[in-house]
Amino acid sequence: MDRNLLIRESGFRWRIEPKGPMRVPGILYADESLIDGMDVKVHEQLSNVAMLPGIVSAAYAMPDAHWGYGFPIGGVAAFDPDAGGVVSAGGVGFDISCGVRTLLTGLPCAAIEPLKQRLADGLCRDIPAGVGSEGSISLDEQQMDAMLAGGARWAVEQGWGRAADLERIEEAGRAQGADPAQVSDRAKRRQRDEMGTLGSGNHYLEVQRVAEITEPAVASAFGLKLDDVVISIHCGSRGLGHQIGTEFLRDMAIAAAEYGIALPDRELACAPVSSPLGQRYLGAMRAGINCALANREIVTHLTRKTVMRLLPDATLDLLFDVSHNTCKEEWHVVDGRRMRLFVHRKGATRAFGPGHPELPAAVRDVGQPVLIGGSMGTASYVLVGTEKGEALSWSSACHGAGRAMSRHQATRTWGGRQLVRELAGRGILIRSPSMRGVAEEAPGAYKDVGRVVDVADAAGLARKVARLEPLICIKG
Amino acid sequence: MSGWSHFGHDADMGVRADGGTQEEVFEQMALGMTALITDPAGVAALEDVEITCEAPSTELLLVDWLNALVYEMAVRRMLFGRFAVKLDGTRLQGVASGERVDVHRHQPVVEVKGATYTALKFHRRDDGRWEAQCILDV
Repeated sequence: MDRNLLIRESGFRWRIEPKGPMRVPGILYADESLIDGMDVKVHEQLSNVAMLPGIVSAAYAMPDAHWGYGFPIGGVAAFDPDAGGVVSAGGVGFDISCGVRTLLTGLPCAAIEPLKQRLADGLCRDIPAGVGSEGSISLDEQQMDAMLAGGARWAVEQGWGRAADLERIEEAGRAQGADPAQVSDRAKRRQRDEMGTLGSGNHYLEVQRVAEITEPAVASAFGLKLDDVVISIHCGSRGLGHQIGTEFLRDMAIAAAEYGIALPDRELACAPVSSPLGQRYLGAMRAGINCALANREIVTHLTRKTVMRLLPDATLDLLFDVSHNTCKEEWHVVDGRRMRLFVHRKGATRAFGPGHPELPAAVRDVGQPVLIGGSMGTASYVLVGTEKGEALSWSSACHGAGRAMSRHQATRTWGGRQLVRELAGRGILIRSPSMRGVAEEAPGAYKDVGRVVDVADAAGLARKVARLEPLICIKG
Repeated sequence: MSGWSHFGHDADMGVRADGGTQEEVFEQMALGMTALITDPAGVAALEDVEITCEAPSTELLLVDWLNALVYEMAVRRMLFGRFAVKLDGTRLQGVASGERVDVHRHQPVVEVKGATYTALKFHRRDDGRWEAQCILDV
C-alpha cells in the first residue's frame, strides 16, 4: 500500500481520512514495512466498512490486516444499535468463531522428545482432519439443538472436557442469546458428523515449546514456563458456521436495499441490529459460536486422551480459548460515555486489559491471554490484553501472521514433501493428509508473525508474553 | 474452447472461467472450484446429484450454484468432476457427477467454506463470449 494514501498519526497508527460516504475514519496499526507489504485492497475494504450505518469512532485494521472479502481480515468495527447500527454476516465471515486455544502440559520439552514420533502419529490418527473426515460423534436433532445452545458447557456435560476449562473460555464457554431455531436444517445437516474435527486450510493442532518469555510475571500467572511443552488448537465452527454464513450473507445482501443500506461491496451484507433479520442472524451466529466452542472442547478431549496414553503426567489444563471471527455485544466507553456496541472482529482477537469484569478471576489481575497462531514451522505467540487497548481498538489485537503470498503462488514455489523433509530437519514433525495442502500452507507464504506481534506490542494493542515454537504440527 | 483458471487472493482463492454460453461458464466455474480441492480429471463420475437454484440475478445464481455444490460435497463427503447445467432465465437445473472422497487417491487440499460476493462478476465480453469470476473462502 502506498503510504501517501494514509496520514501517520503516530509511530504505529495510520489514518484514512473520511471521504465521500465514509462516516468515520479508517485507522491502521502497523509500521512502515507492514504498510508497504499490505495490499491496497485493505485500504479499499477498510474505507468500505467505514461507510456502514451506525459505525462508531473508526474502522480499525490490526497489524496483520490483509485483503479479505467484505471486511479486511484483521478488521474491527463497532456499531451502535441505537443509531441504526448494523450486524454484518460479512463482518463475521464463514468460519464463525474460528479461534485458538492453548493447553499447558506441565512437562518440559525433554519429557516428550523420546516420544515425539509416537505422539505425532497418535495425534494424527485420533484427531480427524482434512477434507471428507468425520468425527466419531454423530448428533441427532435434539442433541444438535442442545449443543448449539450450550457450547463448550454442553460438551463438558456430555463428558467431553473438564469443568475447569469453562472459566478459561470467552463467555465461560457458552455464548448468550444463541437461538438454534434460527439455524437452518441444512446447516445442522452439514454439522451432523463434523463434531470434533479440525477442518482444513490453515487449521491445525500443534505441539509447541515455550521458546522465550518476555513478561515473566504475566507468564507465571498464565502457567507458562520456559522450555515447557504446550499444545495449541486452531479450528472453528465447521460446516455449520460456513452454512450460516452462506445463507445470511445471501439474505442480507438481498435485503439491504429494503433497509435503505447502500452496500459498497455486496460481501458487507448486513442488517440493522434491531431488525428481524439482524436478530435472526445474531441468534444463529451465536449458535455458531457455541458450535465452535463445543468443537474445540471435543478436539481438546480427544487430544487429552491421546497425550495421556503416552504421557500420563501431563496436566493438560486449558490456558485460554479465544475466537477471532465474531460479533459480540459489549460495553465500551465512547467519549466518556458507556455504550452498548456490537463489535465485529474478523481475523482479530478480543484482548481485554487487566481488571476487566468479564475476565475469569485467575487472569483478571494481569489481563486476557491473547493467542496468536503461526503457520506450521513458524512461531506462535502468547500476548496479554492492555488497558490502553480499550481506547485504541475496542480491546482488540491481531490474530496471526496473515498471508504474504496467495495459495496459488505458494504451490508454484514449494513442494509439500520437500517442505516436510526440511521441517523434519529442523525437528518439526508435520502430519497432513495432503502434500499440496502443506505446500499451500508453507511458512514462507505467510508474513513474519514476529513483526506483526512486535507492532501489536509497540502500538499498545497487547503486550508480548511468550514465544512458542512448533515441535509437531497436525495439519487439516 | 471453454476453460477455467485460478487467480490469487491474499487469504483465499479466485476462480475465473469463460465459455460460449452462460451454461458453459457455470460448468467451468464448478470445475475450477473442484480444482482448488483436487485434480478434476481424477474424480470418477460414479454418482449423479441433481441441483436446482434460483436467484434474482445471474451473479447471485453463480454464488448459489457454487454454494449448493459446497453443501453437497460436505454432506455426501463427495467430490465432483463433471457438471451439466441448464438455465431458464435465472433458474438453474444442474447435475454434478462424482464419487466419495478417497483421501489417498484424491489428496484433497482444502475444504471450500463458501463462495463470496467479493470481486464477483458475470458478464458478456466484447467478443461475445461469457466470463465469470468469484472468490472462494477456503
